[in-house]
Amino acid sequence: MELSGGQIVVQYLKDEGVEYLFGYPGGAVLHLYDAIFHQQDVKHILVRHEQGATHAADAYARATGKPGVVLVTSGPGATNAVTGIATAYMDSIPMVIISGQVPTAVIGSDAFQEVDMVGITRPCVKHNFLVKDVNDIAETMKKAFYVATTGRPGPVVVDIPKDITDPNIKVPYKYPKKIKIRSYSPPTKGHPGQIIKAVDLLLNAQRPVIYSGGGVVLGNASAELTEITHLLNYPITNTLMGLGAYPATDKQFVGMLGMHGTYEANLAMHESDFILAIGVRFDDRVTGKLAEFCPHATIVHIDIDPASISKTVKVDVPIVGDVKLVLNQMLSVLKEHKKRPSKKALSAWWSRIEQWRETNCLEFDRNSDVIKPQAVVEQLYQVTKGDAYITSDVGQHQMFAAQFYHFDKPRRWINSGGLGTMGFGLPAAIGVKLAHPEADVACITGEASIQMCIQELSTALQYKTPVKIINLNNRYMGMVRQWQEFSYESRYSHSYMDTIPDFVALAEAYGHVGIRVEKPEDVRPALEKAFALKDRTVFIDFITDRTENVYPMIESGKGHQEMTLRIAPGTPIDRELA
Amino acid sequence: MRHVISILIENEAGALSRVAGLFSARGYNIESLTVAPTEDATLSRMTLVTRGSEDVIEQITKQLNKLLDIVKLIDLADASHVERELMLVKVSTSDETRGEINRLSDIFRGKIIDVTTNSYVIEMTGASDKLDAFVAALDADSIIETVRSGPTAMSRGENGLHL
Repeated sequence: MELSGGQIVVQYLKDEGVEYLFGYPGGAVLHLYDAIFHQQDVKHILVRHEQGATHAADAYARATGKPGVVLVTSGPGATNAVTGIATAYMDSIPMVIISGQVPTAVIGSDAFQEVDMVGITRPCVKHNFLVKDVNDIAETMKKAFYVATTGRPGPVVVDIPKDITDPNIKVPYKYPKKIKIRSYSPPTKGHPGQIIKAVDLLLNAQRPVIYSGGGVVLGNASAELTEITHLLNYPITNTLMGLGAYPATDKQFVGMLGMHGTYEANLAMHESDFILAIGVRFDDRVTGKLAEFCPHATIVHIDIDPASISKTVKVDVPIVGDVKLVLNQMLSVLKEHKKRPSKKALSAWWSRIEQWRETNCLEFDRNSDVIKPQAVVEQLYQVTKGDAYITSDVGQHQMFAAQFYHFDKPRRWINSGGLGTMGFGLPAAIGVKLAHPEADVACITGEASIQMCIQELSTALQYKTPVKIINLNNRYMGMVRQWQEFSYESRYSHSYMDTIPDFVALAEAYGHVGIRVEKPEDVRPALEKAFALKDRTVFIDFITDRTENVYPMIESGKGHQEMTLRIAPGTPIDRELA
Repeated sequence: MRHVISILIENEAGALSRVAGLFSARGYNIESLTVAPTEDATLSRMTLVTRGSEDVIEQITKQLNKLLDIVKLIDLADASHVERELMLVKVSTSDETRGEINRLSDIFRGKIIDVTTNSYVIEMTGASDKLDAFVAALDADSIIETVRSGPTAMSRGENGLHL
């Protein structure tokens, strides 16, 4: 089969089984777009800004496990994609980004819409390629998908100059079935000796905690994680990225840990004598002050990336490998093992944890006459029966979502954990809805975050992706305001906007349904109405308490044992600017 | 502690900048870096000298190993090894100083590879501290310019860094 470079890219995507291509056309990719025009197999989703394309593709990947694919033009198209690429990189999301480039003859001459995309993205991709020969396209694309989806996943950029996709130059094309990269061999099984060591420590623990993260979601190892946790009857906590990998409604789940984690999860970590860390990277939002992190614990760490081992916290038994394979190895050693955990020690440990649980650290004022953001998430959880896909933006609403929507299944909680990208939620919801058209998809956001990618409301209409936007509108950048309250004597420097659009009118202008909710008793009916409108995107603008804070909180520079709790529900806090 | 890391890397455009970019992005320091193609034209060999605590060096080697262009690497501090660096020094000469500079160069096993009426270019190889000692022995005012390659190194014994 003889094809032009542009046709090869599109044919390759079809052969790779790519369902959706999220993109935006421009000069350097016109040949490619012409090739897209002539086929129906790869469906192109036209976003309104390239950042939206990357977030939608990223979320599609998070919700399905399949790589997200993006197509942007050179120059500003490429730079607009960078935030989304970095977002995917920080959360290890498999993504392939095809960017147009100026023709090879003018690369380096500061040509119109030229940027050094390979140079700009180098620090935020797993790898990137510049294709300089039409004969290399198929193999380079294969490498890109292979690298993006294996080992620790991540985004891969393929930069293609315009002349390489010239419709007049045709070369033979064959889908490359196999590829080998001599410098790249992702880890598979764990070292058997390390597994035995780990299991011995695991069974001898007196105060164990299982601490698992996004790696379990990415590695599709929820079933194994759940089995091993049930087998041992140990307490388990999840990171923000790991929520859903273990059912949140299970009694062994002690909640999320870290900066806004539960009292019981953080104290269990602090008091533990053994930690089984699975697919986590000891992020600073999880560990708090490193010098005081888990002072009594022996740590076993399972991760696919050797560079994650002992990066910030020294571990005692590292196991490098694919989490699913390693957990299966551990399970078979465990089942053969004669020893069982000490029932006495474990029951003493559980009774301490139950005492911490009684603090009820997430409780909030349920009698408030203004809408509490927590109450909205709680009722969203009830209305959707806990079975929706939830995307979020970044800030207080993200933490309320993590605390109050109890994810029982993996890949349901879609948020930007590592980079913390405001603007992620709405395009992400569109990507998820395309992946799962029958499922309920909601975007929990705030009035500041939603405005960063609001233009994608137009995309949602064009592709009929009826998502529900849960806007927790407190007229503040809530998390910034909270930090200013805690650390800057409530000097709310530029953390509020004097002008906020009429979101109901805005939603309607974009062809959607807009609802404003101002009273606590109207929250539930509004949610019910929104989800009853199956084929409409609904924007619900909840006017929430301006002064609500996220608790518990570990302030920056403090350890797990130094949480700030909500003193009592309804305690008056600074309402000077309210 | 000082570490010498020997790297086999794909001989491709951009490979060097991935290594340099990694060091600047993660705040590691590069004391010196030499790179040139090997007898296998698809590969380059790089010798990188860096300093850091054991933890930092461990992260450096792990992060380098993650770069797709890097085929293989070893930390030569783990084994006994030899190091050589090349230096060229241009010194100004006069009838009075020429003999003394010539003798000094001989003592350090240098070679004079360019001569004009009032200058020498001296070529010298050796361990970096020997080159330092030679520069220190010269009259500072006579030095016009120096250029050094940075150390290249390989392990002692029969084992080597190859595919």
